[in-house]
Amino acid sequence: MIEIQHLGKSWADGGEVLKDISLDIADGEMYALVGRSGAGKSTLLRCINGLTDYQSGSMVVDGHEIKDMPYKEIRELRRQIGMVFQQFSLLERETVYNNVALPMKCWGYKSEEIDKKVMSLLELVGLADRKDARPRGLSGGQKQRVAIARALTMDPKILLCDEATSALDPKTTSSILDLLMEINGETGITIVIVTHQMEVVRKACRKACILERGVIKSMGDVLDIFYRRPASLLRLLGEDQASLPDEGVNLRVAYDAEGPGASFFESFSKEAGFVPEVVDGGIQNFRNRATGLFTLNVREEDLGRAGDFLDRAALKWDRIDEEWIAESTRGDEEEE
Amino acid sequence: MVLSRFSFWEIFQMLILPAFFATLRMVLISGVLATLIGMVLGIVLVLTDKDGLSPNRVVFRIFDVFVNIIRSFPFIILIVTIIPLTRLIVGSSIGEVAALVPLTVACSPFMGRIFQNAFKEVDPALIEAAKSFGASKMQIMLKVYLKEGLPSVISGLSLGLINLLGCSAMAGAVGAGGLGAVALQYGYQNFNVRVMYSIVAILIVLVAAIQYFGDWVYRKLK
Repeated sequence: MIEIQHLGKSWADGGEVLKDISLDIADGEMYALVGRSGAGKSTLLRCINGLTDYQSGSMVVDGHEIKDMPYKEIRELRRQIGMVFQQFSLLERETVYNNVALPMKCWGYKSEEIDKKVMSLLELVGLADRKDARPRGLSGGQKQRVAIARALTMDPKILLCDEATSALDPKTTSSILDLLMEINGETGITIVIVTHQMEVVRKACRKACILERGVIKSMGDVLDIFYRRPASLLRLLGEDQASLPDEGVNLRVAYDAEGPGASFFESFSKEAGFVPEVVDGGIQNFRNRATGLFTLNVREEDLGRAGDFLDRAALKWDRIDEEWIAESTRGDEEEE
Repeated sequence: MVLSRFSFWEIFQMLILPAFFATLRMVLISGVLATLIGMVLGIVLVLTDKDGLSPNRVVFRIFDVFVNIIRSFPFIILIVTIIPLTRLIVGSSIGEVAALVPLTVACSPFMGRIFQNAFKEVDPALIEAAKSFGASKMQIMLKVYLKEGLPSVISGLSLGLINLLGCSAMAGAVGAGGLGAVALQYGYQNFNVRVMYSIVAILIVLVAAIQYFGDWVYRKLK
């Protein structure tokens, strides 16, 4: 459990990096800290394992206030927290095996124990046959797999990923994320992912927090953020707010496009008796599950029938009105 | 000694060969000592630097200034200035053993900079990664800085040894013996061109050998 309360940090020169950050990350979560470069997300991540300090507020990891921990205890805590980096950070002159073994060697494990663990992790990341290779001979994706294996050697409870896929091509990114999801599913490890890539958030994370210039702009379920589309999300995606028709009523709808609701529009027109106009939206993958997210426009007099159908199908839907927009963009009012 | 009474081969055996070994001993022993001291200097400089593992302005400044001061002495002046220290350590200021003191003193700061620069080249992201899995400062120093910086250290050390070779010849001028002393006394002051040039040739070969060996080790390690 990671509990962050009113955390604030500024650099020695007075520049504020993080302002009043409050968020909780539950055990076993896959949590994304999203934002553009300079938003403070990597700095926030480094507060979790004490690689950087903070001046105000609190950061409690598994019951320990990081700020109050002496250096020795911080080191001890870091055994419980693995970390993966954008540029892999492997020792170029060591073999894959030795790179993965390094943390255990530093902590004085017995060599049989190290051998067993390293080989099982290399098996897990699919690189057992490359154990004697040097990082130079590996592709980016393979290097990141080695780094992930290294981060997992001491069975950490938390894994921090700092732009771990940003240096990789889309296909490799996807395979690394599959690996992280597999590890999360099997071990229940908490994974915190810092990224600027929205595909990463959509594919791998259940919860997310969008940071802009050190301030939390939106946070919550990933699906919910995409459903509500606050301005901070659109800025990250580089999209404009869709202009809504003035006539009729605009609805926001989400449905599982792989379950029984897959034929949404067919059922809609059959049961509600008319075809809604699609203003915006599409089918997107969230954690490898296709989900339909649409903005529909219906005539005022059709709203009752549409609502009946959506309620009967137990779908997530909202009428887009002033109130809903205000609620969706709470904390996100400040425009650039 | 009247050299013209001897054949070149006899001169070579009597004068040049023992001098060659004397030089080799001086360079190797002071080289090893200077490398060890230099490693300590380099580690302290990197540790206490402002973005090092244990930043400490005062200690860093003291070591930095100390290294610069020693390095700004022309070697021949340094030999003379530290004669009291040399006497204190080896009991004499003349001879091969006495020469080890100024050679080591002169070369240590140089080696210190070699280590410092080699460590500075190590990617800071690697240091951060090592911190992230809880490595201690000593472990980061030995398993990351030294391990990753080793090729640069080696190529720097060969520079240092070549530098030391030049210094040892200079030490010959003030009673250290070795190739430098023979070249000066018999080659220069006795006008024996053959002795002088054969020593120059030996020095050229020595420098080349150190350089090639250093490069070879560097490639092996890299």
